[in-house]
Amino acid sequence: MIDRSEVLHIAKLARLSISDEEVDVLAAELSGILDHVEMISKLDLAGVEPSAHSVAQTGWLRPDVPHESLSREKALDQAPATNGEGFEVPPPGSGS
Amino acid sequence: MIELEPVIGLEIHVQLATRTKMFCGCEPVFGEDPNTRTCPVCLGLPGALPVINERAVDFGLRLGLALGCELADRSIFHRKNYFYADLPKGYQISQFDEPLCSGGFLDGVRIHRVHLEEDAAKLVHSSASGRIQGADSSVVDFNRGGTPLAEIVTEPDIGSAAQAREWLSLLRTTVKSLGISDVSMEEGSLRCDANISLRPVGETTLGTKTELKNMNSFRFVEKGIEAEIERQRELIQSGGTVVQETLHFDPRSGSLTALRSKEEAHDYRYFPEPDLLPVAVGPEMIKAAQDSLPELPAARASRYEDDFGLTAELAQRLAFNGDLGDLFEATAAIRGAGSDAKLVATWVNGEVSSRVEEGSDQTVEPEALAELLGLLEDDKITTAAARGILDTVIEQGGSPAALVESQGLEKVGGGDELSAAVDAAIASDPEAAAKVAAGEQKALGPLVGLVMKATQGRADGGEVRALIISKLAGS
Amino acid sequence: MSTDITKLSVTETVAAVAAGDISKANLHATWLDRARLDDLNALSWVADRVKLGGEDGPLGGVPLGVKDLFCTEGVPSQSGSKILEGYLPPYTATVVEALTEAGAPLIAKTHQDEFAMGSSNENCAFGPVLNPWDRGRVPGGSSGGSAAAVAAGLVPWALGTDTGGSIRQPAALCGVVGLKPTYGSVSRYGMIAFASSLDQAGPITRTVADAGLLYSQMTGKDPRDATSVEHPDSVEPVVPMDLTGVRLGVPEELTGEGVEPGVREAFEATLDLARSLGATVAPCPLPHAPHALSAYYLIAPAECSSNLARLDGVRFGLRVDPDEGLDGMYGATRAAGFGREVRRRIMLGTYALSSGYYDAYYGRAQRVRTLISQDFDTAFEDFDAIVTPTSPSVAFELGSKTADPLSMYLSDFCTVPMSLAGIPAISIPNGLSDGLPVGFQIAGPAFSENRILGIAAALEDGLKFDGSPAWIA
Repeated sequence: MIDRSEVLHIAKLARLSISDEEVDVLAAELSGILDHVEMISKLDLAGVEPSAHSVAQTGWLRPDVPHESLSREKALDQAPATNGEGFEVPPPGSGS
Repeated sequence: MIELEPVIGLEIHVQLATRTKMFCGCEPVFGEDPNTRTCPVCLGLPGALPVINERAVDFGLRLGLALGCELADRSIFHRKNYFYADLPKGYQISQFDEPLCSGGFLDGVRIHRVHLEEDAAKLVHSSASGRIQGADSSVVDFNRGGTPLAEIVTEPDIGSAAQAREWLSLLRTTVKSLGISDVSMEEGSLRCDANISLRPVGETTLGTKTELKNMNSFRFVEKGIEAEIERQRELIQSGGTVVQETLHFDPRSGSLTALRSKEEAHDYRYFPEPDLLPVAVGPEMIKAAQDSLPELPAARASRYEDDFGLTAELAQRLAFNGDLGDLFEATAAIRGAGSDAKLVATWVNGEVSSRVEEGSDQTVEPEALAELLGLLEDDKITTAAARGILDTVIEQGGSPAALVESQGLEKVGGGDELSAAVDAAIASDPEAAAKVAAGEQKALGPLVGLVMKATQGRADGGEVRALIISKLAGS
Repeated sequence: MSTDITKLSVTETVAAVAAGDISKANLHATWLDRARLDDLNALSWVADRVKLGGEDGPLGGVPLGVKDLFCTEGVPSQSGSKILEGYLPPYTATVVEALTEAGAPLIAKTHQDEFAMGSSNENCAFGPVLNPWDRGRVPGGSSGGSAAAVAAGLVPWALGTDTGGSIRQPAALCGVVGLKPTYGSVSRYGMIAFASSLDQAGPITRTVADAGLLYSQMTGKDPRDATSVEHPDSVEPVVPMDLTGVRLGVPEELTGEGVEPGVREAFEATLDLARSLGATVAPCPLPHAPHALSAYYLIAPAECSSNLARLDGVRFGLRVDPDEGLDGMYGATRAAGFGREVRRRIMLGTYALSSGYYDAYYGRAQRVRTLISQDFDTAFEDFDAIVTPTSPSVAFELGSKTADPLSMYLSDFCTVPMSLAGIPAISIPNGLSDGLPVGFQIAGPAFSENRILGIAAALEDGLKFDGSPAWIA
C-alpha cells in the first residue's frame, strides 16, 4: 500500500509536479499494481542470482580514440533557452 | 575537559588523462570554448548510449595496483539517480557495490576503494543583465561533462590536518608518477573532500562526521580541515553536538558555511546501469597495468638513501613529494656524479619547498638550481646571497650566474674591499670595537652587522668575524 | 509491368528491382502515394521525397516505415510524447543508418504509445492509431503505428521496437508478422529508450521472408552500443523449414486461463497444422512464467524512471518554467510533458528503486528474471521452439481498457517472459476470430532467429492468411 505522503515523496524524487487530486488517484493505482506484483514476494529466491541482462553477461570496452564532436550550433539547436554559448537553466538555488 | 582527537577520511577525485571521455569519444580540452566538446552521449540526448573507455579502466587498474588494492575480476557500473543542471542524464554513471578496486594501503592510511565514474558538467552562475529585475540565470557547459574520474576513498585513518595535507601530497605524487592524470588542484583535475569527526582519545567509535568540500589547494586542505576540527572542538566542549552536514570552506575568510541542505534525504536509487554489461578484468589487462607501473614513491625513497646517501627522512620527504623528488634528481644529475647530492637535497627540501606551492608552475628549473648550488659550493656567493638569487629566479626566471654578474653579488672575501669595510665598521662604532678588543665577544654582533650591510650580504659571516678580531687584536 | 507493385512482398519487390522490372523512382513514387492515404493516424511524418541511400544494397531501395522513437537526423523523433513534440535529433539511430545504407530508405515515421509504454497505442500524445481491420479498435502497442501501416499497405515494411511485446502484440492485432530479435543482436543506439535491458528493435512485415530479410541487415555489433553483440550465425534468406521431427513445446502457463476462446481455437488449429507438417507438439513447463508479468512491471518501470530523467527541459524538448527555480522547472516541464501512463510508470519505477524497497521489488524482480531464463534453458533442452498465442485477445475496442492499467498490462502476459529471457520470438497471423486477426508466437533460444523464421515460414505457407481486408483501398 502506498499512502499520500509516499506518493508525494516519490513525485518529488522523480521531479513530477502533481496536483492534489492526482495524489489520491496515483496512490490507489500504484497500490493496485503493487498488490499484483507482490506475487513475487511469495517465491523462494534464496540462492538465486539477480540478472541485470539475460544474454551476454560481460561486455567489451571502447578504444580511447576520439570522434568528432557536435558543433556548438548543433549542440544548442534544440535547446529551449541558450545564451548562444551554453544552455540556460533557471537558478538552482531559488524556488522549491 | 576531555581530550578530543580528530578522525579524518579523504575522498579524492582524480580526473583521468585519457584522450576521450569516460563513455564517448569526445576529447575534453581544458579551457576550450563552451559546448564545443559534446556529442549525443555526453549531452544525454534521447537514444544515446555509453560505452566504457578501455584506457580509463586501465588507468583505474594502475591506480589500484599502486595503492595495493585488490582488483575486481568483475566490476559493475551503476546509475546514481538525481536531478541537477550539470547532470545531463538525470543520473551519474558511477560504481556502487562492485568497484574496480577495493582495499589497499598508502603510507599508514588504508584505502577503502577506488572506483570509476563520469564527471559532471560545468554550471556557471551569472547574474545576467538584460533580464527581468535581478533574476539571474545559470548556464551549463557540457565540455567537461563525462570526463573520466577515479574516486579514491580512504578509511578514516588520518589524525591531523597536517597529516591530511602530507598524505594528499604523497597520493598526488603517486598518481602523477603513474602518468594517469595531470593532478592539478588549480585546474580541478585533483579534488579533495574530507570527512571529519572528533572523538575522545581512547574511544574507538566514530563521532558524527561532517563533509568538507571545495578545498582547491593543498594549503586550503590543511587550513580547511584545521578550521573544521576547531569548530567541532569548540562545539563539543561547549556542550553542543555536531550535526551531519556538508560544509564549504572559504579560503579567503577562513569561514565554513553549510551548503543548502536538501529538504529530502538523498535517495540516489542506485541500480546496475542497464546500458552497460559488467566489465570483466582479464589477466591480460592486469598484466598490462602491472607492466606499466613506474617506480613508486616508497621505492624511490629507498633508492635515494642507497644512491645518494640521504637520511631516511630527507629521502622520504623528497620522494613522497614528486615535484621535489623530480627537481632533486634532475638537479643532482646536472651537477654530476662527483658533486654533493646532500647539498641539493637539503636545498630542495628546505629553500625550494618553502618557496614553491605544491603543484605550482612558478618554480625553479633544475638547470638554474644546479648553477646556483655550483656558485655556492665554489664559494663564489654566500648562502644569504644564494637565497636572494633563488627568490629572483623563482619569480622571474633567468640564470643565477648572470644575476651574480649583473647585480654584483659575488662574495666579498680576502681582498681589499672586505678589509676596507671592516675598517669602516670599526671606525663608525669605536665603543663596540673597544669591547671586542677587551675580549667581549657579544660586541661583535653590531660590527658584523655593519659590514654585512655595507657589503649587501655578500660577505661570509665567519670571515668577517675573524677579520674584525684579528684587526682589533693587532691594534 | 502492370502489376500493382504494392501488392508484392518486399522480397518479391527486391527481386523485381534487381531484374530491372521496377525502377526505384517508380517504387518510391508509388509508396509515397500509399503513405499519403493514411487515415489511421498511423504515420507521424511522411517524407516529401524518398532519399536514396545505398544504391545497390541488398534491400533494393524498398522504403521503410520507422517507429517514432528511432532518432532520425532532422526528422521529428518524438517517441509519441508531447515532451519531445517536434524534436529534431542531430543524429540518426545506427539501425536506421544501416538500413538506409543497405537500401531501405526512410519514407515515414510511425506513431506509437508514448515512450513505448502501452499495448493499445492509446497512450500516444498525438492521438490513437486505429486498427485497419476495425477502426473502432486498437492496433495494439506500442508499435501500433508500424503494425497498422504495414497491415493497411501504407508502407511496405516497418521498424518497431519490443520491450515486453511491443512488436509482437500489435503485429498480432493487425494481422502482420513481427519479430523480436535476441537481445543485443540489434543496436539500440539512437532508439529513445524505454527499458534498456529489454528494448530491442525488430521488423514488422507482411511476410516471414520479409522479416528475415530486414533483420539480416539490422543485426550486428555496434561500437556505440555496449550491450550489442555479433550474431553467431549469419542470418540466411528465409526458407520454410521441414517440420518433420521438430519439437514444439506448449507451456500451459501461457496458454491456459485468460486466453479468449477464438484465440484458443486458432491456436489449436495451428498446432494441428504443425502436427500435419510433421512436428511433434507436447506440453512444456515454464513454472516461473506466471511471475514474469510482475517482474516485468517492476524492471521496466524502474529502468524507465531513470531513462526518462533526461527529459528535463534543458537541452531539448518542452520546457515549462513557472519561475520557481530549477526544481520548479523540472517538475512543471515533466508534469506537462508526460502523459498519464508514463507518469504512472515513472512513479512506480522510482518507488521500486527507492531506499528501503530496492531489495523487495527491483532486487527480487531481477532474481525472478534469472529463474525465467533458467526455465527457458531447461525447456530448450527438450524443445526446438516454444509456441503460444501472441496475445490472449484480439484487438479490443478503443477506450475499453484505459481506465484500468492492470487489465491493460495483462494483455502482455504471453510475450513478456521471452523479453525477460532476452530470447527471440516471432508473431505470425494465424487466422481470424470474429473477423479480427489472431497471432501465433514462436520463441527459440538466443540467436535462433534462422530457426524460428524457418518454422514460421513453414506455418505461414500452410496458414495462407489473407491480410487484404485491412488494405486501404
